[in-house]
Amino acid sequence: MIVGERKSVTEILEMTKGYDRIFVAGCGTCVTVCLAGGEKEVSVLSSLLKINGKKQGHEVKVVEGTIERQCEREWVGEMKDKVRDAEAVLSMACGIGVQLVAEMYPEKPVLPALNTTLMGFPTQHAIWLENCRACGDCILHLTGGICPVTRCAKQLMNGPCGGSQNGKCEVDSQTDCAWALIYYKLKAMDRLDWMSKIQPPKRWDIAGHSGPRKTVKEEEVVP
Amino acid sequence: MKAGSNLEKILEKGQFAVTCECGPPKSASGDVIRQKAKMIKGKVDAANITDNQAAIVRLSSFAAATILMQAGIEPVMQVTARDRNRLAIQSDLLGASAVGIRDVLLLTGDHQKLGNHPEAKGVFDLDSIQMIDMARRMRDERKFQNGEQMDVPPKLFIGAAENPLAEPAEYRVPRLEKKVVAGADFIQTQGVFDIERFEKWMAAVRAKGLHKKVHIIGGVVPLKSLGAAKFVNDKVLGMTVPDSLFERMKKASDAKAEGVKIAVETIEALRKIEGVQGVHIMAIEWEEKVPEIVEKAGLLPRPAV
Repeated sequence: MIVGERKSVTEILEMTKGYDRIFVAGCGTCVTVCLAGGEKEVSVLSSLLKINGKKQGHEVKVVEGTIERQCEREWVGEMKDKVRDAEAVLSMACGIGVQLVAEMYPEKPVLPALNTTLMGFPTQHAIWLENCRACGDCILHLTGGICPVTRCAKQLMNGPCGGSQNGKCEVDSQTDCAWALIYYKLKAMDRLDWMSKIQPPKRWDIAGHSGPRKTVKEEEVVP
Repeated sequence: MKAGSNLEKILEKGQFAVTCECGPPKSASGDVIRQKAKMIKGKVDAANITDNQAAIVRLSSFAAATILMQAGIEPVMQVTARDRNRLAIQSDLLGASAVGIRDVLLLTGDHQKLGNHPEAKGVFDLDSIQMIDMARRMRDERKFQNGEQMDVPPKLFIGAAENPLAEPAEYRVPRLEKKVVAGADFIQTQGVFDIERFEKWMAAVRAKGLHKKVHIIGGVVPLKSLGAAKFVNDKVLGMTVPDSLFERMKKASDAKAEGVKIAVETIEALRKIEGVQGVHIMAIEWEEKVPEIVEKAGLLPRPAV
Protein backbone atom coordinates (compact mmCIF):
# COMPACT_ATOMS: atom_id res chain seq x y z
CA MET A 1 0.00 0.00 0.00
CA ILE A 2 0.89 3.66 -0.16
CA VAL A 3 2.20 4.99 3.12
CA GLY A 4 2.30 8.57 4.26
CA GLU A 5 2.82 10.59 7.39
CA ARG A 6 1.32 13.86 8.48
CA LYS A 7 3.32 17.00 7.98
CA SER A 8 4.33 18.99 11.03
CA VAL A 9 1.71 21.19 12.63
CA THR A 10 3.83 24.25 11.90
CA GLU A 11 3.91 23.45 8.21
CA ILE A 12 0.19 22.75 8.04
CA LEU A 13 -0.69 25.95 9.89
CA GLU A 14 1.58 27.90 7.58
CA MET A 15 -0.11 26.55 4.45
CA THR A 16 -3.64 27.01 5.82
CA LYS A 17 -2.97 30.54 7.02
CA GLY A 18 -5.60 32.97 5.75
CA TYR A 19 -8.31 30.39 5.12
CA ASP A 20 -11.31 30.51 7.46
CA ARG A 21 -13.40 27.76 5.85
CA ILE A 22 -11.41 24.58 5.41
CA PHE A 23 -12.55 21.16 4.27
CA VAL A 24 -10.31 18.48 5.79
CA ALA A 25 -10.64 15.52 3.45
CA GLY A 26 -9.60 12.06 4.59
CA CYS A 27 -9.06 8.99 2.48
CA GLY A 28 -10.45 5.64 3.54
CA THR A 29 -7.94 3.29 1.96
CA CYS A 30 -4.11 3.20 2.25
CA VAL A 31 -3.62 6.21 4.49
CA THR A 32 -6.35 5.02 6.82
CA VAL A 33 -4.57 1.69 7.25
CA CYS A 34 -1.23 3.43 7.83
CA LEU A 35 -2.79 5.70 10.45
CA ALA A 36 -2.02 8.92 8.64
CA GLY A 37 -5.09 10.29 6.88
CA GLY A 38 -8.25 8.39 7.79
CA GLU A 39 -11.33 9.50 9.67
CA LYS A 40 -9.56 9.54 13.02
CA GLU A 41 -6.66 11.64 11.80
CA VAL A 42 -9.07 14.00 10.04
CA SER A 43 -10.83 14.58 13.32
CA VAL A 44 -7.59 15.27 15.21
CA LEU A 45 -6.30 17.67 12.57
CA SER A 46 -9.65 19.48 12.37
CA SER A 47 -9.68 20.13 16.12
CA LEU A 48 -6.17 21.40 15.88
CA LEU A 49 -7.10 23.89 13.15
CA LYS A 50 -10.08 25.12 15.17
CA ILE A 51 -8.06 25.56 18.35
CA ASN A 52 -5.36 27.40 16.49
CA GLY A 53 -7.98 29.69 14.93
CA LYS A 54 -9.33 30.55 18.36
CA LYS A 55 -5.82 31.25 19.61
CA GLN A 56 -5.38 33.65 16.71
CA GLY A 57 -8.65 35.33 17.65
CA HIS A 58 -10.90 34.28 14.78
CA GLU A 59 -13.15 31.35 14.12
CA VAL A 60 -12.04 28.80 11.57
CA LYS A 61 -14.89 26.77 10.17
CA VAL A 62 -13.69 23.26 9.60
CA VAL A 63 -15.70 20.62 7.78
CA GLU A 64 -14.61 17.00 8.01
CA GLY A 65 -15.17 14.29 5.44
CA THR A 66 -13.53 11.02 4.56
CA ILE A 67 -14.27 9.25 1.29
CA GLU A 68 -13.38 5.72 0.28
CA ARG A 69 -10.62 6.69 -2.14
CA GLN A 70 -9.31 10.08 -3.22
CA CYS A 71 -7.62 8.46 -6.23
CA GLU A 72 -10.86 7.64 -8.03
CA ARG A 73 -13.06 10.15 -9.83
CA GLU A 74 -16.37 8.65 -8.70
CA TRP A 75 -15.51 9.04 -5.03
CA VAL A 76 -13.90 12.45 -5.41
CA GLY A 77 -17.03 13.61 -7.27
CA GLU A 78 -19.04 12.93 -4.14
CA MET A 79 -17.06 15.57 -2.26
CA LYS A 80 -18.38 18.42 -4.40
CA ASP A 81 -20.71 20.08 -1.90
CA LYS A 82 -18.11 20.20 0.85
CA VAL A 83 -15.49 21.46 -1.56
CA ARG A 84 -17.83 24.18 -2.86
CA ASP A 85 -18.47 25.54 0.63
CA ALA A 86 -14.82 25.68 1.60
CA GLU A 87 -12.11 28.20 0.74
CA ALA A 88 -9.50 25.47 0.66
CA VAL A 89 -9.31 21.70 0.79
CA LEU A 90 -6.76 20.19 3.14
CA SER A 91 -6.35 16.70 1.76
CA MET A 92 -5.07 13.95 4.01
CA ALA A 93 -4.65 11.56 1.07
CA CYS A 94 -1.39 10.53 -0.55
CA GLY A 95 0.02 12.70 -3.33
CA ILE A 96 -2.17 10.91 -5.85
CA GLY A 97 -5.35 11.84 -4.02
CA VAL A 98 -4.27 15.45 -3.57
CA GLN A 99 -3.66 15.75 -7.30
CA LEU A 100 -6.94 14.23 -8.36
CA VAL A 101 -8.88 16.50 -6.02
CA ALA A 102 -6.91 19.47 -7.38
CA GLU A 103 -7.63 18.42 -10.93
CA MET A 104 -11.35 17.91 -10.37
CA TYR A 105 -11.84 21.18 -8.47
CA PRO A 106 -9.53 23.51 -10.36
CA GLU A 107 -10.93 26.64 -8.72
CA LYS A 108 -9.97 25.52 -5.19
CA PRO A 109 -6.58 25.48 -3.50
CA VAL A 110 -5.88 21.87 -2.48
CA LEU A 111 -3.27 21.56 0.25
CA PRO A 112 -1.34 18.41 1.13
CA ALA A 113 -1.52 17.52 4.82
CA LEU A 114 0.69 14.46 4.40
CA ASN A 115 4.05 13.62 2.99
CA THR A 116 3.74 10.48 0.90
CA THR A 117 6.66 8.39 2.07
CA LEU A 118 6.70 4.97 0.45
CA MET A 119 5.01 1.92 -0.99
CA GLY A 120 5.41 -1.02 1.30
CA PHE A 121 4.02 -3.27 3.96
CA PRO A 122 4.24 -3.21 7.75
CA THR A 123 7.05 -5.15 9.40
CA GLN A 124 5.28 -4.75 12.73
CA HIS A 125 2.44 -2.58 14.02
CA ALA A 126 3.03 1.03 12.98
CA ILE A 127 6.31 0.39 11.12
CA TRP A 128 6.26 0.23 7.34
CA LEU A 129 9.13 -0.82 5.10
CA GLU A 130 9.49 0.33 1.53
CA ASN A 131 9.30 -2.62 -0.86
CA CYS A 132 8.48 -1.34 -4.31
CA ARG A 133 9.53 1.63 -6.44
CA ALA A 134 7.25 0.80 -9.36
CA CYS A 135 10.28 0.53 -11.65
CA GLY A 136 8.21 -0.99 -14.41
CA ASP A 137 10.37 -4.08 -14.97
CA CYS A 138 9.94 -6.53 -12.12
CA ILE A 139 12.77 -9.01 -11.44
CA LEU A 140 11.51 -10.46 -8.17
CA HIS A 141 11.48 -13.94 -9.74
CA LEU A 142 15.29 -13.74 -9.95
CA THR A 143 15.94 -12.31 -6.53
CA GLY A 144 14.01 -14.55 -4.20
CA GLY A 145 11.17 -12.06 -3.88
CA ILE A 146 13.40 -9.29 -2.48
CA CYS A 147 13.62 -6.09 -4.51
CA PRO A 148 17.16 -4.70 -4.99
CA VAL A 149 15.83 -1.63 -6.80
CA THR A 150 14.04 -0.59 -3.63
CA ARG A 151 16.05 -2.16 -0.87
CA CYS A 152 19.63 -1.67 -2.09
CA ALA A 153 20.71 1.95 -1.49
CA LYS A 154 22.74 1.81 -4.72
CA GLN A 155 20.12 -0.10 -6.69
CA LEU A 156 22.75 -2.63 -7.66
CA MET A 157 21.72 -5.40 -10.00
CA ASN A 158 24.70 -7.74 -9.71
CA GLY A 159 25.19 -8.54 -6.06
CA PRO A 160 26.34 -6.76 -2.91
CA CYS A 161 28.85 -3.93 -2.94
CA GLY A 162 32.05 -3.95 -0.92
CA GLY A 163 30.36 -2.11 1.93
CA SER A 164 28.07 -4.95 2.99
CA GLN A 165 28.95 -5.94 6.56
CA ASN A 166 27.25 -8.29 9.02
CA GLY A 167 24.31 -8.49 6.68
CA LYS A 168 23.78 -4.73 6.94
CA CYS A 169 24.00 -1.83 4.52
CA GLU A 170 26.95 0.59 4.45
CA VAL A 171 24.53 3.50 4.56
CA ASP A 172 22.86 2.48 7.80
CA SER A 173 23.87 -0.32 10.14
CA GLN A 174 20.19 -0.81 11.05
CA THR A 175 19.18 -1.55 7.47
CA ASP A 176 19.51 -5.01 6.01
CA CYS A 177 21.79 -5.40 3.00
CA ALA A 178 19.30 -6.33 0.27
CA TRP A 179 21.87 -8.45 -1.54
CA ALA A 180 22.83 -10.34 1.60
CA LEU A 181 19.12 -11.14 2.02
CA ILE A 182 18.88 -12.18 -1.62
CA TYR A 183 22.04 -14.28 -1.41
CA TYR A 184 20.92 -16.29 1.61
CA LYS A 185 17.40 -16.66 0.23
CA LEU A 186 18.65 -18.01 -3.09
CA LYS A 187 21.12 -20.23 -1.30
CA ALA A 188 18.29 -21.74 0.75
CA MET A 189 16.35 -22.22 -2.49
CA ASP A 190 19.43 -23.77 -4.12
CA ARG A 191 19.23 -21.15 -6.88
CA LEU A 192 22.50 -19.26 -6.43
CA ASP A 193 23.03 -19.73 -10.16
CA TRP A 194 20.63 -16.78 -10.59
CA MET A 195 23.27 -14.52 -9.09
CA SER A 196 26.09 -15.65 -11.37
CA LYS A 197 24.53 -14.26 -14.53
CA ILE A 198 25.51 -10.68 -15.32
CA GLN A 199 22.39 -8.55 -15.26
CA PRO A 200 22.53 -5.90 -18.00
CA PRO A 201 22.05 -2.20 -17.30
CA LYS A 202 18.56 -1.46 -16.17
CA ARG A 203 16.08 0.48 -18.26
CA TRP A 204 15.64 3.55 -16.09
CA ASP A 205 13.57 5.24 -18.80
CA ILE A 206 10.63 3.03 -17.91
CA ALA A 207 11.41 3.37 -14.22
CA GLY A 208 10.16 6.93 -14.13
CA HIS A 209 13.12 8.88 -15.50
CA SER A 210 11.34 9.95 -18.68
CA GLY A 211 8.41 11.90 -17.36
CA PRO A 212 5.12 10.51 -16.09
CA ARG A 213 4.42 6.97 -17.15
CA LYS A 214 1.08 5.86 -18.46
CA THR A 215 -0.46 2.41 -18.28
CA VAL A 216 -3.04 1.61 -20.92
CA LYS A 217 -5.19 -1.50 -20.93
CA GLU A 218 -6.11 -1.39 -24.61
CA GLU A 219 -9.09 -3.75 -24.63
CA GLU A 220 -10.83 -1.82 -21.89
CA VAL A 221 -10.33 1.68 -23.28
CA VAL A 222 -13.57 3.26 -24.45
CA PRO A 223 -12.79 5.26 -27.61
CA MET B 1 48.53 -5.61 -25.18
CA LYS B 2 45.14 -4.10 -24.64
CA ALA B 3 46.19 -0.58 -23.79
CA GLY B 4 49.98 -0.68 -23.61
CA SER B 5 50.24 1.05 -20.25
CA ASN B 6 53.23 0.68 -17.97
CA LEU B 7 51.10 -1.18 -15.45
CA GLU B 8 49.81 -3.57 -18.07
CA LYS B 9 53.31 -4.31 -19.36
CA ILE B 10 54.64 -5.04 -15.89
CA LEU B 11 51.74 -7.32 -15.01
CA GLU B 12 51.81 -9.08 -18.37
CA LYS B 13 55.54 -9.76 -17.96
CA GLY B 14 54.79 -11.32 -14.61
CA GLN B 15 56.72 -8.70 -12.66
CA PHE B 16 55.49 -7.72 -9.22
CA ALA B 17 53.65 -4.43 -9.62
CA VAL B 18 53.57 -1.52 -7.18
CA THR B 19 50.81 1.07 -7.25
CA CYS B 20 49.77 3.61 -4.69
CA GLU B 21 46.89 5.91 -4.02
CA CYS B 22 47.01 9.61 -4.68
CA GLY B 23 44.01 11.52 -3.39
CA PRO B 24 43.16 14.82 -5.09
CA PRO B 25 42.73 17.85 -2.81
CA LYS B 26 39.50 19.44 -1.60
CA SER B 27 40.39 22.52 -3.56
CA ALA B 28 41.39 23.67 -7.02
CA SER B 29 45.08 23.19 -6.28
CA GLY B 30 46.82 21.24 -9.01
CA ASP B 31 50.04 21.83 -7.07
CA VAL B 32 48.98 19.37 -4.38
CA ILE B 33 48.96 16.66 -7.02
CA ARG B 34 52.28 17.82 -8.46
CA GLN B 35 53.82 17.68 -4.99
CA LYS B 36 52.47 14.17 -4.40
CA ALA B 37 53.82 13.20 -7.81
CA LYS B 38 57.30 14.35 -6.77
CA MET B 39 57.16 12.19 -3.64
CA ILE B 40 56.33 8.99 -5.48
CA LYS B 41 58.15 9.46 -8.77
CA GLY B 42 60.15 6.36 -9.67
CA LYS B 43 58.81 4.49 -6.67
CA VAL B 44 55.60 3.12 -8.14
CA ASP B 45 54.46 1.81 -11.54
CA ALA B 46 51.23 3.78 -11.48
CA ALA B 47 49.19 5.78 -9.00
CA ASN B 48 45.45 5.72 -8.46
CA ILE B 49 43.59 8.99 -8.57
CA THR B 50 40.51 8.60 -6.43
CA ASP B 51 37.11 9.83 -7.58
CA ASN B 52 35.41 11.90 -4.87
CA GLN B 53 36.74 9.36 -2.41
CA ALA B 54 34.42 8.56 0.49
CA ALA B 55 31.77 10.63 -1.31
CA ILE B 56 33.59 13.86 -0.43
CA VAL B 57 33.92 16.44 -3.17
CA ARG B 58 37.45 16.82 -4.46
CA LEU B 59 39.22 17.96 -7.59
CA SER B 60 37.97 15.66 -10.34
CA SER B 61 39.75 12.38 -11.00
CA PHE B 62 39.95 13.11 -14.73
CA ALA B 63 41.72 16.42 -14.17
CA ALA B 64 43.94 15.08 -11.39
CA ALA B 65 44.91 12.06 -13.50
CA THR B 66 45.85 14.39 -16.33
CA ILE B 67 48.01 16.52 -14.01
CA LEU B 68 49.67 13.41 -12.60
CA MET B 69 50.43 12.18 -16.09
CA GLN B 70 51.95 15.53 -17.01
CA ALA B 71 54.14 15.18 -13.92
CA GLY B 72 55.47 11.93 -15.31
CA ILE B 73 53.49 9.38 -13.32
CA GLU B 74 51.10 6.93 -14.89
CA PRO B 75 47.63 7.49 -13.46
CA VAL B 76 44.99 4.90 -12.71
CA MET B 77 41.87 6.98 -13.08
CA GLN B 78 39.13 5.87 -10.72
CA VAL B 79 35.57 6.24 -11.95
CA THR B 80 32.54 5.66 -9.76
CA ALA B 81 28.97 4.95 -10.74
CA ARG B 82 27.72 7.11 -7.90
CA ASP B 83 28.10 10.46 -9.62
CA ARG B 84 27.76 9.61 -13.31
CA ASN B 85 25.33 7.90 -15.60
CA ARG B 86 26.23 5.77 -18.62
CA LEU B 87 26.56 8.80 -20.89
CA ALA B 88 29.00 10.56 -18.59
CA ILE B 89 31.06 7.43 -17.91
CA GLN B 90 31.45 6.59 -21.58
CA SER B 91 32.27 10.18 -22.34
CA ASP B 92 34.95 10.24 -19.62
CA LEU B 93 36.45 6.95 -20.81
CA LEU B 94 36.74 8.31 -24.34
CA GLY B 95 38.21 11.55 -23.05
CA ALA B 96 40.65 9.77 -20.76
CA SER B 97 41.90 7.63 -23.60
CA ALA B 98 42.21 10.66 -25.85
CA VAL B 99 44.51 12.47 -23.42
CA GLY B 100 46.58 9.34 -22.88
CA ILE B 101 45.14 7.91 -19.66
CA ARG B 102 45.14 4.13 -20.07
CA ASP B 103 44.51 2.59 -16.66
CA VAL B 104 41.06 2.96 -15.18
CA LEU B 105 39.51 1.53 -12.04
CA LEU B 106 35.75 1.19 -12.27
CA LEU B 107 33.86 1.23 -9.00
CA THR B 108 30.33 1.47 -7.72
CA GLY B 109 31.49 4.08 -5.20
CA ASP B 110 30.78 4.77 -1.55
CA HIS B 111 27.22 5.92 -1.01
CA GLN B 112 26.74 9.70 -1.03
CA LYS B 113 25.00 9.52 2.33
CA LEU B 114 28.39 8.80 3.92
CA GLY B 115 30.11 11.82 2.44
CA ASN B 116 29.90 15.58 2.77
CA HIS B 117 26.81 16.10 0.59
CA PRO B 118 24.50 13.50 2.08
CA GLU B 119 21.41 15.12 0.56
CA ALA B 120 22.65 14.57 -2.99
CA LYS B 121 20.83 12.40 -5.48
CA GLY B 122 22.93 9.32 -6.19
CA VAL B 123 23.16 8.26 -9.82
CA PHE B 124 23.95 4.52 -9.79
CA ASP B 125 22.66 4.17 -13.34
CA LEU B 126 25.05 1.23 -13.71
CA ASP B 127 26.79 -0.94 -11.15
CA SER B 128 30.51 -1.69 -11.24
CA ILE B 129 30.04 -4.96 -13.14
CA GLN B 130 27.92 -3.30 -15.80
CA MET B 131 30.53 -0.50 -16.09
CA ILE B 132 33.32 -3.03 -16.62
CA ASP B 133 31.31 -4.86 -19.25
CA MET B 134 30.55 -1.58 -20.99
CA ALA B 135 34.21 -0.45 -20.97
CA ARG B 136 35.36 -3.80 -22.38
CA ARG B 137 32.83 -3.64 -25.21
CA MET B 138 33.88 -0.08 -26.00
CA ARG B 139 37.50 -1.15 -26.24
CA ASP B 140 37.16 -4.58 -27.87
CA GLU B 141 33.97 -4.30 -29.89
CA ARG B 142 34.03 -0.55 -30.56
CA LYS B 143 30.52 -0.42 -29.22
CA PHE B 144 28.78 2.06 -27.03
CA GLN B 145 26.51 0.69 -24.34
CA ASN B 146 23.53 1.14 -26.67
CA GLY B 147 25.20 -0.96 -29.36
CA GLU B 148 26.19 1.93 -31.66
CA GLN B 149 29.62 1.67 -33.27
CA MET B 150 32.48 4.12 -32.81
CA ASP B 151 35.40 4.85 -35.12
CA VAL B 152 38.21 5.10 -32.64
CA PRO B 153 37.78 2.96 -29.54
CA PRO B 154 39.38 3.88 -26.21
CA LYS B 155 42.60 2.15 -25.20
CA LEU B 156 41.90 0.98 -21.69
CA PHE B 157 43.45 -1.32 -19.14
CA ILE B 158 40.39 -2.07 -17.07
CA GLY B 159 40.62 -2.37 -13.33
CA ALA B 160 38.10 -3.34 -10.70
CA ALA B 161 38.11 -3.44 -6.94
CA GLU B 162 37.26 -6.30 -4.69
CA ASN B 163 36.86 -6.44 -0.96
CA PRO B 164 37.73 -10.01 0.05
CA LEU B 165 36.47 -9.44 3.57
CA ALA B 166 33.10 -7.90 2.83
CA GLU B 167 30.01 -10.01 3.18
CA PRO B 168 28.49 -12.40 2.41
CA ALA B 169 32.07 -13.77 2.56
CA GLU B 170 31.22 -16.84 0.52
CA TYR B 171 29.89 -14.66 -2.28
CA ARG B 172 33.09 -12.65 -2.70
CA VAL B 173 34.82 -15.05 -5.08
CA PRO B 174 31.74 -15.57 -7.28
CA ARG B 175 31.44 -11.78 -7.42
CA LEU B 176 35.08 -11.49 -8.46
CA GLU B 177 34.40 -14.06 -11.15
CA LYS B 178 31.54 -11.92 -12.42
CA LYS B 179 33.92 -8.97 -12.72
CA VAL B 180 36.42 -11.12 -14.60
CA VAL B 181 33.74 -12.35 -16.99
CA ALA B 182 32.61 -8.74 -17.46
CA GLY B 183 36.13 -7.82 -18.55
CA ALA B 184 38.33 -6.77 -15.64
CA ASP B 185 42.03 -6.93 -16.52
CA PHE B 186 43.30 -6.23 -13.04
CA ILE B 187 41.93 -6.18 -9.53
CA GLN B 188 43.01 -3.97 -6.66
CA THR B 189 41.80 -5.34 -3.38
CA GLN B 190 40.69 -3.47 -0.31
CA GLY B 191 43.42 -3.03 2.31
CA VAL B 192 44.58 -6.32 3.76
CA PHE B 193 45.41 -6.62 7.47
CA ASP B 194 44.31 -10.14 8.20
CA ILE B 195 46.69 -12.17 6.02
CA GLU B 196 45.18 -15.47 7.07
CA ARG B 197 41.71 -14.53 5.87
CA PHE B 198 43.15 -13.04 2.71
CA GLU B 199 45.04 -16.28 2.03
CA LYS B 200 41.83 -18.24 2.34
CA TRP B 201 40.18 -15.94 -0.14
CA MET B 202 43.12 -16.31 -2.54
CA ALA B 203 42.92 -20.09 -2.23
CA ALA B 204 39.29 -19.89 -3.33
CA VAL B 205 40.31 -17.53 -6.15
CA ARG B 206 42.94 -20.01 -7.32
CA ALA B 207 40.53 -22.93 -7.04
CA LYS B 208 38.45 -21.22 -9.73
CA GLY B 209 41.55 -20.39 -11.76
CA LEU B 210 40.75 -16.69 -11.58
CA HIS B 211 44.33 -15.70 -10.76
CA LYS B 212 45.24 -16.82 -14.29
CA LYS B 213 42.51 -14.70 -15.87
CA VAL B 214 43.02 -11.45 -13.99
CA HIS B 215 45.98 -9.70 -12.34
CA ILE B 216 45.39 -9.47 -8.63
CA ILE B 217 47.00 -6.63 -6.72
CA GLY B 218 46.73 -6.77 -2.93
CA GLY B 219 45.85 -3.63 -1.00
CA VAL B 220 48.06 -2.35 1.81
CA VAL B 221 47.06 0.46 4.18
CA PRO B 222 49.97 1.78 6.26
CA LEU B 223 48.79 2.79 9.73
CA LYS B 224 50.00 6.20 10.86
CA SER B 225 48.91 5.87 14.47
CA LEU B 226 46.72 3.92 16.86
CA GLY B 227 43.97 6.41 16.07
CA ALA B 228 44.36 5.67 12.37
CA ALA B 229 43.99 1.95 13.11
CA LYS B 230 40.79 2.68 14.97
CA PHE B 231 39.56 4.92 12.18
CA VAL B 232 40.24 2.28 9.53
CA ASN B 233 38.60 -0.38 11.64
CA ASP B 234 35.50 1.62 12.54
CA LYS B 235 34.99 4.01 9.68
CA VAL B 236 36.47 2.60 6.49
CA LEU B 237 34.01 0.33 4.82
CA GLY B 238 34.95 -3.31 4.70
CA MET B 239 38.25 -3.08 6.52
CA THR B 240 38.97 -4.68 9.87
CA VAL B 241 42.20 -4.42 11.80
CA PRO B 242 42.97 -7.57 13.83
CA ASP B 243 43.55 -7.24 17.59
CA SER B 244 47.19 -8.31 17.22
CA LEU B 245 47.91 -5.23 15.09
CA PHE B 246 46.05 -2.96 17.50
CA GLU B 247 48.31 -4.33 20.23
CA ARG B 248 51.43 -3.65 18.20
CA MET B 249 50.35 -0.09 17.44
CA LYS B 250 49.48 0.46 21.10
CA LYS B 251 52.79 -0.81 22.43
CA ALA B 252 55.00 0.84 19.84
CA SER B 253 57.21 3.66 21.08
CA ASP B 254 57.23 5.07 17.57
CA ALA B 255 53.79 4.37 16.11
CA LYS B 256 54.65 5.70 12.66
CA ALA B 257 57.70 3.44 12.38
CA GLU B 258 55.62 0.52 13.57
CA GLY B 259 52.97 1.33 10.95
CA VAL B 260 55.60 1.29 8.24
CA LYS B 261 56.99 -1.98 9.58
CA ILE B 262 53.55 -3.61 9.52
CA ALA B 263 53.01 -2.39 5.95
CA VAL B 264 56.36 -3.83 4.84
CA GLU B 265 55.59 -7.15 6.52
CA THR B 266 52.18 -7.20 4.84
CA ILE B 267 53.77 -6.61 1.43
CA GLU B 268 56.26 -9.41 2.07
CA ALA B 269 53.46 -11.75 3.10
CA LEU B 270 51.36 -10.83 0.06
CA ARG B 271 54.31 -11.44 -2.25
CA LYS B 272 54.53 -15.01 -1.05
CA ILE B 273 50.91 -15.79 -1.89
CA GLU B 274 50.50 -17.56 -5.20
CA GLY B 275 48.46 -15.45 -7.60
CA VAL B 276 49.16 -12.06 -6.01
CA GLN B 277 50.85 -10.00 -8.70
CA GLY B 278 51.45 -6.75 -6.97
CA VAL B 279 50.63 -4.41 -4.13
CA HIS B 280 48.56 -1.27 -3.99
CA ILE B 281 49.66 1.04 -1.18
CA MET B 282 46.94 3.26 0.17
CA ALA B 283 48.79 5.69 2.41
CA ILE B 284 45.89 8.04 2.92
CA GLU B 285 47.26 11.58 3.27
CA TRP B 286 50.59 9.95 4.07
CA GLU B 287 51.91 9.54 0.53
CA GLU B 288 55.38 10.69 1.64
CA LYS B 289 55.87 7.32 3.28
CA VAL B 290 55.36 5.36 0.06
CA PRO B 291 59.02 5.51 -1.08
CA GLU B 292 60.27 4.25 2.29
CA ILE B 293 57.77 1.39 2.35
CA VAL B 294 58.54 0.36 -1.21
CA GLU B 295 62.25 0.49 -0.53
CA LYS B 296 62.08 -1.46 2.72
CA ALA B 297 59.96 -4.08 0.99
CA GLY B 298 62.80 -4.55 -1.49
CA LEU B 299 60.78 -3.39 -4.45
CA LEU B 300 63.17 -0.75 -5.77
CA PRO B 301 64.19 0.10 -8.37
CA ARG B 302 60.99 -0.20 -10.32
CA PRO B 303 61.44 -2.03 -13.60
CA ALA B 304 61.60 -0.05 -16.83
CA VAL B 305 59.40 -1.74 -19.38
